[in-house]
Formats: sequence, C-alpha cells, structure tokens
Amino acid sequence: METLSFEFPAGQPPRGRTLVGCVGSGDLEVLIEPGQAGKLTIKVQTSVNGAEQRWQHLFARMFDGQTPPAMAIDIHDFGATPGVVRLRLEQGFEEIGHD
Amino acid sequence: MTDSAQLLHKHSFVELGARQRAKALLDAGTFRELLDPFQRVMSPWLSRQGVVPQADDGVVIAKGSIGGLPVVIAAIEGAFQGGSLGEVGGAKIAGALELAAEDNRNGTPTRAVLLLETGGVRLQEANLGLAAIADIHAAIVDLRQYQPVVGVVAGSVGCFGGMSIAAGLCSYLLVTQEARLGLNGPQVIEQEAGLEEYDSRDRPFIWSLTGGEQRFASGLVDRFVADDVAQIQQQVSELLQQGLPAQQRSRQADLFLQRLARLDAEPQIDPATVRELYQGERS
Amino acid sequence: MSSYSLRGLSWFNALSDGAKPVEGLPASLKVADGVLGDQPVRFIAVVADPDNRFVRARNGEVGLLEGWGLAKAVDDVITADVDKPHKRALIAIIDVPSQAYGRREEALGIHQALAGAADSYARARLAGHAVIGLLVGKAMSGAFLAHGYQANRLIALRDPGVMVHAMGKASAARVTLRSVEELEALAASVPPMAYDIDSYASLGLLWETLPVEQIEQPTSADLARVTECLGLAIGDVGASGRDLSSRLGASNRAASSKVRELLRAQW
Repeated sequence: METLSFEFPAGQPPRGRTLVGCVGSGDLEVLIEPGQAGKLTIKVQTSVNGAEQRWQHLFARMFDGQTPPAMAIDIHDFGATPGVVRLRLEQGFEEIGHD
Repeated sequence: MTDSAQLLHKHSFVELGARQRAKALLDAGTFRELLDPFQRVMSPWLSRQGVVPQADDGVVIAKGSIGGLPVVIAAIEGAFQGGSLGEVGGAKIAGALELAAEDNRNGTPTRAVLLLETGGVRLQEANLGLAAIADIHAAIVDLRQYQPVVGVVAGSVGCFGGMSIAAGLCSYLLVTQEARLGLNGPQVIEQEAGLEEYDSRDRPFIWSLTGGEQRFASGLVDRFVADDVAQIQQQVSELLQQGLPAQQRSRQADLFLQRLARLDAEPQIDPATVRELYQGERS
Repeated sequence: MSSYSLRGLSWFNALSDGAKPVEGLPASLKVADGVLGDQPVRFIAVVADPDNRFVRARNGEVGLLEGWGLAKAVDDVITADVDKPHKRALIAIIDVPSQAYGRREEALGIHQALAGAADSYARARLAGHAVIGLLVGKAMSGAFLAHGYQANRLIALRDPGVMVHAMGKASAARVTLRSVEELEALAASVPPMAYDIDSYASLGLLWETLPVEQIEQPTSADLARVTECLGLAIGDVGASGRDLSSRLGASNRAASSKVRELLRAQW
C-alpha cells in the first residue's frame, strides 16, 4: 500500500461535497470536498505500489487546459484501472457540479 | 402488465451499494446518515497491515422512517473487504442498536433494520471484530424486547460467521434467491472438514443447502422476496408494522432439539431431508 | 492419549464437586447446580463426546445439539428463577476449539442453534443473572460467541493453551491469502490478531487473568483461587449494570468507545 499526494492549480472551491465508488476489487472510492481557493489537492491511498507516475499523468491529462474547481480529493484505491479511476472522478465532478 | 414490462419496472436491490440500499428502504427524504464517510472514522488497524481502508469502514448507519415508523438502518457494504466487520464497523452497528434500545426505554419506539452482506469477522482485526459481534448480539437481544429487529440478506455476499448468528437473533429475516445464510463459509468448511464433506467450488450444492429459497422452505427465515427494491421495501415495512413476533425463532430450543432427535444423523444430509424435518412436506 | 482437550471437563468436575447434575441435555454438555461460597450457581461446560451423533462435533466443538442444548440449559434457569429476587449466577466454563464445521451442520442451520445459545445467555444477563465466563482453554470464534461471550465478566487463566480467536491459523491464512508464518508475524505487532491471552487482555475484554499451577488438573490451591475470583466477579456484576459496557475503555479498543460517543452525539 502507498500513500501519494498531488497538487494542481485551481479556481474557486465548489459548494458541495460528494462520495462515489467503493473500495472493492478493481474499484476505488473518491471523496470530494471544497478545498482552499486556488488549489486542488489529491491524496491517494492505493493498494498498488509504484504507480505514482501513472496517477500523475492521469490527473494531469484530466485537468489539462482547464482550471478545475478548488477541491480536496481523497482517493482510496483497490486496484482500479485508469479507465475506472477516470470514470469515478468524472462521476464525482458531475455530482459536485449539480450542487 | 406483461412479463417484459414487469422486468423493466423491476429495480434490483442486490446491485445497490449499502448507502443506496438504506436510502431505498427509508421513506423519501428521511435518510440521515450518522458518522458519514466525510467524518472519516476509519479502521485504525487496516492501514498498518497494508490494506486500503474505506471512509465509512464498510458500514452505513442511517436514521429515518419506514411507513412513518422511526427506524435506524445498519447496512453493510459487501464489496468492501467482503463485508467483514472490524472494530469501527462493528461498533457502528452495536452502538446504533444500543441507542435504539435506549430510545425505547425513553419512550421513542425506534426499530432497527440490518442489511447483512458479510463474511463475519474481519480477520485483520480478528478479536476486535469478534468482540464487536458479541456486542451486536447483546444489543439485538436487548432491543428486541421492545421493537422488532428486521434482518435482510439480499445477496450477493450472503451472511456468514458471527453475523449469521446475529441474523438468527433477528425478530424477522427476509431473504432473496441470491442470498446465502450459514455459519461457516464454504472455503473454511472445506479447509477444516475436507472436500468430500463440503466442496466450496460446487455452487449449486452450496445454494441448495444454504440459499435463500432453501432457508425459506425450511422455516429458517420468514420472507422470501424477489430481488426488487419496491417489493423488499414493502415487505420490510410490513414486518415492522407487525410488531414483535409471537415466537422468536432463537427461543425454540425444545422444538429444534426434538426435531434433531428425530433425524438419522448417520447418512450425509440433503436439502429435502432438512425441509421435511423442519417444515414437513411442502408442495 | 485423547485428541481433544479435557480441560473443560477437569475444571467443571473440580468446580462442581458436590453440585447436582442436570439431566436431559446432550451428552456433550456438562451442567450442574451447586453453590460458590454462599451463592447458588449453575455450572455449564461443553465437553468432547466421542459418541456424538453428529460426527463433526465429537471433539468438543459447539454444534447443533450443543447450541440448542446450551440455549435450553440457560433458559431453564431464567424460567425457574423468574420470580426470585436473587437470580442464580451462571458460570460458563470455556474450552471450545471451534464451532462444528460440516455439511449437516450448515444444512440444519447451526447458525440458528448458536443464536439460540447467545440469545439465552444474553437474556439471562438482562434478567439479572450474573453470567461469568471462565476461559480455561480455547475460546474460538462462533463457539465462544455461543458459549461465554455474552457474559458480564470474562476471566481467563494465564496459560499458553488459553486463547481467543476468530479463526484457526490455517483457515485464517487461507482466507486472508497469507502464509501461516506471515500471519504469525503480523499477529506479533497487531494485538487483535494475536492468539495469546496477554494480547487479548490488552483489548480490555477480560475482567481478570489468573495464574494457576496445573491448568490440566487443578490443584486445591488453583481451585480456591478460581473460586474466590468467580465469587468476586459475581459480586462485581451485582454492583454494576447488566450490559457489556465494562469491556470498553482499553487503549487498544479506543475506536469502539469513540464510535459510540460520536453516534450518541449525532443521534
């Protein structure tokens, strides 16, 4: 198991918070809460070791060319594929957007 | 309605996660979660063993009402660590049941619904899981004096280990075809007793002995329901309205001892023998 | 040389010397009514019955007959004492290697039999009977949940053969996908995973641990010490409540208290 931290530039914090997913096999849970203005922080606890670069790329691609809301994201990952991670994050962003 | 139209109108309960299940059973707009995941009361034992924790430790506690009656629901998330109970998840269930009993002593008739998808004790927290389950047993027996405790085993994990004992203590039990209810998991029986006694990979064999339909046909559960949100909601509501059962299943020692005395325990057992012994021939 | 433990039987015989055996129960249950000091008590032990009709329950396991038999042995006390101001204490002598693992057991609902036992013990406690669990050997998993874990007070004899756990090592290793060696290494640093009684005591679940000279065959000094301790435990129960809250409070079980506090605050 590894704990990783990431930070990206961001805009204003969202109002709501949300939880998607579950720490089940091949899945992950994502908790999204309002963060500090200007900063998007992500903490990842993952069962798969040595994947820091992969997470970094995945997040960088997702936020490329946009200013995401200032969120504090907490991820508990149980071996999800990048596709599942992306799906969960998008699900979470959509729910935040609805609030 | 035609069969296919009916199928389209069905919403699977089994496919829902623990939080969605609790929401689905409670009257609309009454769901209020206690110790929600954002409070991050997580297992103090998993991370240090290199196991990723979950923010709610796999247990959702929610208050609300069902059919207007005050209810607390404890829902176990079967997808997280096989629904196993550790210290935090176990204490959430025990603590909620203890407070429900206290409510009743203070004049609020809180009932409880347990959504059981669990392999039992979480082995990474072994003795604290076991202790928590003993607390859950104690609390069910206490609360049951005042108001019904309804257990639901929907599947797909089923209900095993110490929590199958908790199921046996419930005032009422409701299962679906997807449910399995038994003390020992198939793997463990095979490990302890051998392949000939119990083949953990023979799924039809395991379902025929411990599946929801068999348990219902043997009188070891009270309701057998289709995997449909509306039907499960309605049945749970009915059971809660019914109040306490005339006879608590776990208090029928004499009856079960008489039945077991009649059994020829020499030959290996089959499902039909159990049905006949416990319920008589059923068409 | 027997393949099963005789500790439960030895301690039952020693403690219940002069007590009146209770008939009409499965042979794997030893039950007797006697006194402890000036207290009326019922002693209850699950012992090996090599002739048990259920072959998977011949070594002292708690199976179908044992679960329902315990339920009856305890329930009969509740019924008999229902109108008495002073309720008899129940002494559960615990030496149970496991629940019974077998096809007959699962098919016939061993979970319900164990629920019967837990139900009776819990109701006895709620009805005002002091329920004391005395651990003299193994107290494993479902067997312990059915026989002893509903006690107001748990007392363990200090001995390597006295152990509490949720699952035998081989099965636990298989289920958690670890080797037995890995499991043992983890147990050494994670108190709830350990099998020894000192680690268990650190969880706050025991009221007392007692050293004895001869755990297999108690000496008269052993018997005197245990008898005294059981008497004190009964008195202690009388002075406090009927629930299991006395088990909370150890630092190794801090989360159990914290969760309850938070639930209460948010209730």
